[in-house]
Amino acid sequence: MLNAETLPVIFAGLMGLAILVYALLDGYDLGVGILLPTGRGRRAERDRMIASIGPFWDANETWLVLAVGLLLIAFPVAHSLVLFELYIPAAIMLVGLILRGVAFDFRAKAAVDYQYTWDLLFKAGSIITALMQGYMLGQYVVGFSDSLDAMGFSIASAIGVCCAYCYVGSAWLIMKTEGDLQLRSVKFALKSGRVCMLGIVAVSVLNLQNSADIVSRWFEWPGVVFALMIPAICLAAFLANEWLLRQMPYEGDRYHYLPLLLVGVVFISSFLGLAVSFFPMIIPGKMDIWEAASSPEALSVILIGALIVVPVILVYTVYAYYVFRGKATELVYH
Amino acid sequence: MLDVADTLMLSRIQFAANISFHILFPTINIALCWILLFFKIRYDKTNDQVWMRAYRFWVKIFSLTFALGVVSGITMSFQFGTNWPGFMESVGNVAGPLLGYEVLTAFFLEATFLGVMLFGINRVSSRVHTFATALVAVGTTLSAFWILALNSWMQTPAGHEIRDGVVHVVDWWEVIFNPSFPYRLTHTLLASGLTAAFFMAGLSAYRLRQGDQKHAPLLALKTGIVVGAVLTPLQIFVGDLHGLNSFEYQPQKVAAIEGVWETQKGAPLLLFALPDEEARENRFEIGIPKLASLILTHDLDGEIKGLNEFGVVSSELDAEYKTEKINHPPMPPMFFGFRIMLAVGMLMLLLSLWGVLTMLRRQSFSPLYLRFMEWMTFSGWVASLAGWYVTEIGRQPWLVTGLLTTEQAVTTQPSSAVGLTLVIYLSIYAFLLWAYVHTLRVMCRKSVDVPEYELAPTDIVTNLPDDDPKQRANKSPSVLGGAEPC
Repeated sequence: MLNAETLPVIFAGLMGLAILVYALLDGYDLGVGILLPTGRGRRAERDRMIASIGPFWDANETWLVLAVGLLLIAFPVAHSLVLFELYIPAAIMLVGLILRGVAFDFRAKAAVDYQYTWDLLFKAGSIITALMQGYMLGQYVVGFSDSLDAMGFSIASAIGVCCAYCYVGSAWLIMKTEGDLQLRSVKFALKSGRVCMLGIVAVSVLNLQNSADIVSRWFEWPGVVFALMIPAICLAAFLANEWLLRQMPYEGDRYHYLPLLLVGVVFISSFLGLAVSFFPMIIPGKMDIWEAASSPEALSVILIGALIVVPVILVYTVYAYYVFRGKATELVYH
Repeated sequence: MLDVADTLMLSRIQFAANISFHILFPTINIALCWILLFFKIRYDKTNDQVWMRAYRFWVKIFSLTFALGVVSGITMSFQFGTNWPGFMESVGNVAGPLLGYEVLTAFFLEATFLGVMLFGINRVSSRVHTFATALVAVGTTLSAFWILALNSWMQTPAGHEIRDGVVHVVDWWEVIFNPSFPYRLTHTLLASGLTAAFFMAGLSAYRLRQGDQKHAPLLALKTGIVVGAVLTPLQIFVGDLHGLNSFEYQPQKVAAIEGVWETQKGAPLLLFALPDEEARENRFEIGIPKLASLILTHDLDGEIKGLNEFGVVSSELDAEYKTEKINHPPMPPMFFGFRIMLAVGMLMLLLSLWGVLTMLRRQSFSPLYLRFMEWMTFSGWVASLAGWYVTEIGRQPWLVTGLLTTEQAVTTQPSSAVGLTLVIYLSIYAFLLWAYVHTLRVMCRKSVDVPEYELAPTDIVTNLPDDDPKQRANKSPSVLGGAEPC
């Protein structure tokens, strides 16, 4: 059962899951960072927005470490290759992550004169991180090329991912805030959602146009029946959200959690779409998961641990979200 | 060829810069979290506000330190792939699972419960909050366990075999509990204890010197002194064991520390010397006769193998790997690094004993003593880094002793790319280090003006805009006394 055939598939699945969870969770807190208002007088608003992600961002970021870690552990050759190609953007992304991670703490603790600067750094760090992640995703999809087309695609992808994070970030704010801020978040969600959807459609069309291989993956009978359900669900979730957001806010804050769920569906289906296009290639067009995998012994050792530990992680993650349920204004933020 | 050499050196500097910057924060926090747990348990037991005050102040510093540790740690997880692809490709079957277990058992635990620890004090019962603090402490320590298992394996590999030029694991128990691991783990955890103890004592001394009359900083100062006084002698003992272990498994490391070029019987303990790598000899030697032999071999005339006798490097993984290099680390950084660590350790011993004596005599701390302790705030960093450099440079030219050299594992990235990222990292780290120390001062100064807890109003909530009284009124007062954490 656990052999050189199946283990790489299991680990590709685990890594995919980690990336998806990362994109959703760190996505919303990056999104909140990107949406931060810059006016000097809007300190209170920034405080509340950041308070909404305060207890969570650290654990959210850990999913990135897990995703990169799984790539490193399970597919070391691919890890080296990917990071060789993405050397500079990865370094810039790290700078972004560093800035926002520390700004989060410094903004509350530094001398008053510097607090505003840290707020701006928090926003800048969030934007840099999102742009670079999008750029790297674009580069990955086109198979690491610096041709003009590929660069254009990667830059578009950078903007797309930035908007996707704003989309999930504003949906998070709709759930965690009230009043003016919530209303503004609804508007953010509408705008960023549309750009995000446009990006998803563009990527899908371009991908199909450029690769006969991908076309055959999507349109081969009988898989096509299931495959086409993915974009259908994605589109349906987006349209439902569009409709819902236009009616917001509902009386008594009803459905305040629904936009987040619907954005989640958009993310998951887009992610599955990528999986259909590329699985089992770990580097599109170059290397599949079996070529890149570590030894089955090493993989089974990690798998046993993961099977025990991951459910525990999920349980206490749910517990943390339960402890900090409700609107962010109630959060006493030290 | 020149480019490869540049890339290697720049990559080594980059990794050293990243990991040195990273280690500064966990080494404070691993032990600080246990001290926080102690404060919290004392509060639960005695209901004395002073413990909560101490907790509240130090948990803020903990969280700031934690953030810096997390972000620099994320950089580390990329460094393997960006700069040392040969590492995972050759020994990934060992390193992968160890790193994986660190992420799974430690990172998620600490990151998730950190949220509860920092922000949950009014949302969960005090007991659950104490439990969350304990889980974060366990998480940080587990993280040290796994990463040091890997680090020790790189120093003294065991429990593996080589198939087709790649390392495979034969026995996990032997891999994890490799010969140097128990010593290194204990030594590093104690180092963390000392770093946190003097950090806490130093910042508290600073607060007292700024005129803080409250109980909490005095309590924290005493805690730091007592922890320091207990751990310093222990550390000297464990450090000695660790040295003997290195002497057995990595003799060239110890020879470099002791400044021994030629094999020597009855070698002196050198207090000072200027190692000359060209001439392969020392100048201006000042030493205590026969003491090095006595310490290392428990025999006045015991033999210490000199650096000149370790032969040429040859890699077990790759028989074709050719080099002219002699199989030992560069002497000067080893020689001086070790002595810096030792000197700081002696200062720690002196000052903590002085402090304990003052406490036993029920005297108040003299201004001079407080000033000394303030200077010692970051002494743990100096000693840890010096020791860390000794042990890691002492592994050179190897990445994994006997198996893989740093040269074999380094990236083929052009040196310009490595140089560019190095400059970026260095400037951002310098900036962050300045911001960190500056912010610590600001936090201490701010806390001086906070009234003592008996008089403390319960409605001061930090991090609220001063110009918004309405919002301040909305905040519920902390159930645990003054919300201003000092």
